[in-house]
Amino acid sequence: MVKGTIVKETMLPRKERTDATPKRTLRDDPAFRTAPALRESTLMKAFRAFNILFLCAVVFITLYPFLNIIAQSFSSEGYINSGQVNLYPKGFNVETYKVILADGAFWRNYGNTVLYTVVATAISMVLTTSFAYAIAKKDLKGRGLFIGLAVFTMFFNGGLIPNYVLITSLGMRDTIWAIVLPNAISVFNLLIMKSFFENMPRELEEAASIDGLTQYGILFRIVLPLSKAIVATMVLFYAVANWNSWFSAFLYLDKPDLFPVTIYLRNMIAGVTTAGSAGGTAENVDQIAANIQSVTIVLTVLPILCIYPFVQKYFFSGVMLGSVKE
Amino acid sequence: MTLQLETAADKTTTAEPATAGRRTKGRRAPKTGWKAAIKRDWRLYTLIILPLLYFLVFRYLPMIGNVIAFRRFRPGGNIFGETWVGFQYFQLFINDPSFWQAFQNTIILGLLTLVFTFPMPIIFALLLNELRSRRLKKFVQTAAYLPHFMSIVIIAGMILQIFSLNGTINQISQALFGTTVNFTQDAGWFRPMYISSEVWQTMGWGAILYLAALTRVDESLYEAAKLDGANRWQQTWHVTLPAIRPTIITLLILNIGTFMAVGFEKILLIYNPLNYATSDVISTYLYRVGLESSNFSYAAAIGIFESVIGLTLILSANALSRRLAGTSLW
Repeated sequence: MVKGTIVKETMLPRKERTDATPKRTLRDDPAFRTAPALRESTLMKAFRAFNILFLCAVVFITLYPFLNIIAQSFSSEGYINSGQVNLYPKGFNVETYKVILADGAFWRNYGNTVLYTVVATAISMVLTTSFAYAIAKKDLKGRGLFIGLAVFTMFFNGGLIPNYVLITSLGMRDTIWAIVLPNAISVFNLLIMKSFFENMPRELEEAASIDGLTQYGILFRIVLPLSKAIVATMVLFYAVANWNSWFSAFLYLDKPDLFPVTIYLRNMIAGVTTAGSAGGTAENVDQIAANIQSVTIVLTVLPILCIYPFVQKYFFSGVMLGSVKE
Repeated sequence: MTLQLETAADKTTTAEPATAGRRTKGRRAPKTGWKAAIKRDWRLYTLIILPLLYFLVFRYLPMIGNVIAFRRFRPGGNIFGETWVGFQYFQLFINDPSFWQAFQNTIILGLLTLVFTFPMPIIFALLLNELRSRRLKKFVQTAAYLPHFMSIVIIAGMILQIFSLNGTINQISQALFGTTVNFTQDAGWFRPMYISSEVWQTMGWGAILYLAALTRVDESLYEAAKLDGANRWQQTWHVTLPAIRPTIITLLILNIGTFMAVGFEKILLIYNPLNYATSDVISTYLYRVGLESSNFSYAAAIGIFESVIGLTLILSANALSRRLAGTSLW
């Protein structure tokens, strides 16, 4: 981003350079020639060793909550309750998994999550791609206005209450539309796509239009087939966001049959659905709560954990595309 | 996206919007009338219709819907309210001590977030950049990005478990000090709990843009610095940091812009009435009075107040950085 400024700003201030000059003369002195280099290299070695240790600690701390949840999900509640479960399960059992996997509500909500994710991602992609393609055309009249309209919403939005009133009065409560429509376009994703389309060679489209292709034809037959990487990245961005989303569902859905699995989990955490309804008995409701939560968490993150190692490079390249400005 | 404007997009947004806007001005096509433009590009305009409708209905209509802050509103009635009442609702919240408590909590949490979570990705990126083994670097990155891909509901579940009475933190506390603390219920512990989990969540992914900027630093600058006798630390201070300064400033401005929105969804999931004294922020308070107690107009008034402060913050941060650092979003 803002590439031009880098060189200018990284030029060493004059003061530093003059400060460094005497050092160079010192170094020429044979007595000083070896000593500082040696000292620096041991210091650097120490730093590198420390750095590796530190970053490994960061990795451990980052992964720890996940390992802890997995361990708890396989542990018996007695051990969880006495605070003995950390990295590996104690009193190994899969009873809770059986209970949850046999729960109809869990599967219904899981299915809803899949449905919402697929529909919402499809809608988002259609809207984002068509808008991005049009506003990437530099000679489109009104382009600045269209871009401005979109970008302004990044910094200013209507707020919770007016949105709620609007969705309610549109009659979208307790329908899939309240989940898949209100956040259909992410301006961030839109801008990434726009800059991708802008960087496509113009000659390609000019040649296609000389060959008699219309703007639709160019988009569907030339541009999109060449944009598979960015389209895949955008699909991933939207799909993960939709898979993880809960707040729209929390606001606009009242019927448990419509809940996505994030709401199933949220209600469990908030204690709305007590563990009892998922198979516990009245006395040990609190005790097995942690165990049941862990199992639900594991089952919810499982699909993401499974695809994560393979797709994370696309996320990375997507963010890069958005940030690198020529 | 959602109220937080989709954490992912929000936190990693870049100077893009600004440059986009500026460029359009420079390269506008030679003046053609709308009629000619539509005749030539009607296919492009048809592509725009649906997305434009989306923005108007789901983004701009709610902005106009804010007029209910000045009007009496009946649920189920006109979405723009019934009768004008002026600044009545604004006066109401200005005299409401719960609001001011939420306001104070918002400022404190926002500042703590800025102080603790903003520098961490920079430090992390710099340390990562010093790693020689590419495989180790890749491994650390992969692990550190993971929390970013988790639903906030899952993160909330993890926070509540780790900090629970028999969770890991209390096990450590038990081993070291022989006492346990009810972190999730104790108002005094909410801020540490919130900030530490925020650092955990954002440090890895937040480093991505810095890592990208680091790969673009001109190698010859390091060579020059070495010739001048700069050691590794001096190279970092005089070459690396200035090189990623535009990135730092851009992200700082954006962070300041979302200052008022402090982790609304996360707080909503992990707070409870016992720690409202420190955990209740403007957005959660607005949510409770607006949607749980159905005071739509009152909550809309608070919402406007919040948005205006947010917009003012981002505008002044931008102006300040343009004047002081010569880098700005627009």
